[in-house]
Amino acid sequence: MTTSPAFSLRGLRFGYGPEAPEVLRSLSLDIPAGTTTAILGPNGCGKTTLLHVVLGWLVPQGGEVLVDGRPLAGIPRRERGRLVALVPQAEHVPFDFSVLEYVLMGRTPYLGVLDMPSAEDHRIAMETLEALSLDHLWRRPVPELSGGERQMVTLARALAQRTPILLLDEPTAHLDLGNKGRLLDTLAGLAGKGTTVLLTTHDPETASLAAGFLVLMRDGQVLDSGPLREVLDAERLSATYGVPVRVVEVDGRPVVLLGRGKG
Amino acid sequence: MLWPLGLALLVVLALSLFIGRYPGPGFTSPRLLWEDELARRLVFSLRLPRLLAAMLLGMTLAGAGTVLQTVFRNPLVEPGFLGVSQGAAFGAALGILTLGAGAPPLATEAIASVFALSGLVLSYALARRLHFGGWVLRLVLAGIAVSALFSSGVGVLKYLADPMTQLPEITFWLLGGLSGLTWAGLLYLLPFVIPGMTLMVLMRWRLNLLALHDETAFSLGTSPGRERALVLVGAVAATAAVTAVSGIVGWVGLVVPHIARRAYGADSRVALPAALLIGGIFAVLCDDLARTLLAGEIPLGILTSLLGALAFALVMTRTRLRVPT
Repeated sequence: MTTSPAFSLRGLRFGYGPEAPEVLRSLSLDIPAGTTTAILGPNGCGKTTLLHVVLGWLVPQGGEVLVDGRPLAGIPRRERGRLVALVPQAEHVPFDFSVLEYVLMGRTPYLGVLDMPSAEDHRIAMETLEALSLDHLWRRPVPELSGGERQMVTLARALAQRTPILLLDEPTAHLDLGNKGRLLDTLAGLAGKGTTVLLTTHDPETASLAAGFLVLMRDGQVLDSGPLREVLDAERLSATYGVPVRVVEVDGRPVVLLGRGKG
Repeated sequence: MLWPLGLALLVVLALSLFIGRYPGPGFTSPRLLWEDELARRLVFSLRLPRLLAAMLLGMTLAGAGTVLQTVFRNPLVEPGFLGVSQGAAFGAALGILTLGAGAPPLATEAIASVFALSGLVLSYALARRLHFGGWVLRLVLAGIAVSALFSSGVGVLKYLADPMTQLPEITFWLLGGLSGLTWAGLLYLLPFVIPGMTLMVLMRWRLNLLALHDETAFSLGTSPGRERALVLVGAVAATAAVTAVSGIVGWVGLVVPHIARRAYGADSRVALPAALLIGGIFAVLCDDLARTLLAGEIPLGILTSLLGALAFALVMTRTRLRVPT
């Protein structure tokens, strides 16, 4: 793990509109580079909002986001697109784009406003599909894919951006066990290659399987952050979710269960 | 593979030049062009500009329809819905009512254009001030409200119109048509249609991205709000200009984008040029029927709706109609 953080969040304040309650309340956090960080917290605690602020899509009312020490707000749009990619929670594609056409959209940050993707862009899109073993799907319309296939194809679209930083919003929320396993394996492979992965999840199992670094979030604030094994304990999780939780070790891996321990 | 469509458009244009009701209903022999001064004048001063206008009308409506359906992520949208069609109708009715018989030929068109564009501006301004839903929903609602405003205005003007002279003229305008179109009318279209169409074609790959959610489009390094406004204004300004000249010609902008997507796929790199070509062919053929079928002119809007609805039913019930690319 490198020491310099990929992202530094400094005193972020954000609310949807001037009268709306603040969703992020003076939130500060360092996210380490080259590893997978999971932001774990209950529904509605501000995880997605935080992810959109880190992306630059939402502009905080206070505080700032630093990417590799540079203020995010000062990075030009296309350069930002080559730095940070997003896998949104549920991508609704309204027209019958083929899988290849859809993944090609990931090449946009490398193209001018009037450019068309080149043969090289096609090659990279196809390579990305092959790397995820999705190349057999390339002609299929995206809306006809199964939920698991669609999530993997959305990931392929983001990976075609070839960014050092990848954001994922609840990547496993709608997946069955098999698809969840496949997606988490893929993410582990990415982190192994030095990509900084930041994902949100409300599911402790996803966090414990995917992440090396864990952030616990509640009510727009960070409760705790640090290496997974230090932060994922019963007391902290009970405080995060407001229900009794216990953490047991199975095959050397922490597993989170609902309910109070027997002693 | 778009060249067969391009070729088809050229063939349709060339043949249409000789279709009409002179000297008799049906086909004008090309030989007459050498022998008959009247035939020559008819073909080059009346048929040719009208054909080109019909082509531009179809292309603009189909292209703008593709743009709007993509940008609004809504396959039910047609290009005039942002207050443009009803705005143009109100302007035209106002022109017919106030200008009288001695007005210059393009005066009604100019007033219709002004109101068509003001329909767009009003819809946009209202959408910015609505406190409901996301940006797309607000624009749709604002478009509906502004259209209703202008269409009630058209109702008032029809009520005020002289039932013997002005009312039939308003009614005929509302049904759409290109009768009496001259080179001057065609030239009037070009400053709006050419830039609008160029913009659409140049930004056709970008259109794909605007069909995605804003945060996704943003994460790809685009500026979705600004780019969407740009293509929208180009498409709708061109629509306003053609609507001002042709009246309300329905269904082209709604149906042709569906047919193009069904045949060529959703990728606007191909679907948009395909829609332009199909729209051009469709409008020219409909206009041929409008001016040839009966001794009197059949309003173009009636034919595009009739044939458009039939074509829609036919194409959309085929399960596979994909042109290999």
